[in-house]
Amino acid sequence: MQSGMDTISQSFAVALGLVAHLDPRLTEIVGLSLAVSLTATLISAAIGLPLGAAIAIGRFPGRAPLIVVLNAAMGLPPVVVGLFVYLLLSRAGPLGPFGLLFTPPAMVIAQTVLIVPIVAALTRQFVEDAWSEYREQLASLRSSWLQSTATLLWDTRWSLATVLLAGFGRAAAEVGAVMIVGGNIDGVTRVMTTAIALETSKGDLPLALGLGLVLITLVMALNVGAHVTRHYARLRFG
Amino acid sequence: MGDAEVAVDGLPIVATDVDVVRRDTRVLSDVDATIRAARRTFILGPNGSGKSTLLRVLHGLLAPVRGQVTWGGLTAPPPGQAMVFQRAVLLRRSAAGNIRHALKLAGVRGAEAQRRVADALSTVGLAALAERPARVLSGGEQQRLALARAWALAPRVLFLDEPTASLDPAAARAVEAIVRDFHALGTTIVMTTHNLAQAKRLADEVVFLDGGRVTEHTAAEQFFRSPRSLQAKTFLEGERL
Repeated sequence: MQSGMDTISQSFAVALGLVAHLDPRLTEIVGLSLAVSLTATLISAAIGLPLGAAIAIGRFPGRAPLIVVLNAAMGLPPVVVGLFVYLLLSRAGPLGPFGLLFTPPAMVIAQTVLIVPIVAALTRQFVEDAWSEYREQLASLRSSWLQSTATLLWDTRWSLATVLLAGFGRAAAEVGAVMIVGGNIDGVTRVMTTAIALETSKGDLPLALGLGLVLITLVMALNVGAHVTRHYARLRFG
Repeated sequence: MGDAEVAVDGLPIVATDVDVVRRDTRVLSDVDATIRAARRTFILGPNGSGKSTLLRVLHGLLAPVRGQVTWGGLTAPPPGQAMVFQRAVLLRRSAAGNIRHALKLAGVRGAEAQRRVADALSTVGLAALAERPARVLSGGEQQRLALARAWALAPRVLFLDEPTASLDPAAARAVEAIVRDFHALGTTIVMTTHNLAQAKRLADEVVFLDGGRVTEHTAAEQFFRSPRSLQAKTFLEGERL
């Protein structure tokens, strides 16, 4: 056990060194992770914010089951999403001709599928809460459907910012989907989570730990950011 | 009803044979009511008599299941109406931002909007709080801001649904003073209240509702002296006990 503890503490020291000196292997992986997950988050925002708002305000048949499905889809298993996107993108699949499998765009697609339900479901919740409060007042002001949607999205913008932070955190921290559709190719599709999985199994603990530290810091920073945003918004806007 | 009355924009508001059903319960039955221009009409009645519902029907927020409402002969509510709710519904913006939002919806922008925002805020005594977030204002200030938002729209008709019910007496007096200012400018007032002293101070006419039916529509002075309907008599006597 003694030597085991030594290995871990040594690895930890090396890992801190890698982070402190911005080791190129490490920064490349972190950079790709951020690029992929940020892109997926932006696309999810473009789809999920209007979708969530439309479901919040709209009254149409099948709305209640749709909300149940959407909420359930927040917990989609990343591995299964990966498999699904893999089938779509594989050479025999409907999107095969685009040759996206094992490229960063494939990972963006998988993460987008994973977090659109999160963004849409949480947006629906926040916008609907505000809507139930604003509805009569906006009707009294003769606000159109489109004007009401714009008002609600603007008034819930701080809550929606925390929704996007949550989506980004989920995208950056998942491993199953990007592993399957990205293939964890060194220098091409290797991101933090897949690198950690690989380096750990190879026994290269310092790099795995270094990446782990960066990932944990990122996730914690996102959560602190969300908390501060909520707190600020409550103080500032009530 | 003469032609002269029809000529006034959106007035009178006439409800004819109105029935309203909410959640399988009939809340208004065979209601006839006329809101005349530049008058202060108070809708009074016990809890659950349908006062707020009638107010919403007259404002066009709620469509009757039977009967009809016309606004100066029109079958849809025209612009130029505003409503203040029991608990002010304010957006997550500054006090001035709330008024700007309403003006924008009414198509008023730029310098004219700025002028109206400043005028409305100073009318209700909130000029100093223009940039304060609306939802952190006190209850009385929030209600005054809701009135300022209505003021900026320069409505021909102002609906108020128990606007002072959750306010302390001083804040309630401030609201009453603003309602008087509206009326002084010729705004038609339609208001519900539980406060009979307030109704006595402000009302020109009273529509009395009981169990979703109008039992009388009388001049206020006459209503408080000797109401015609037994229901109103009982209601006023209950208040005196």
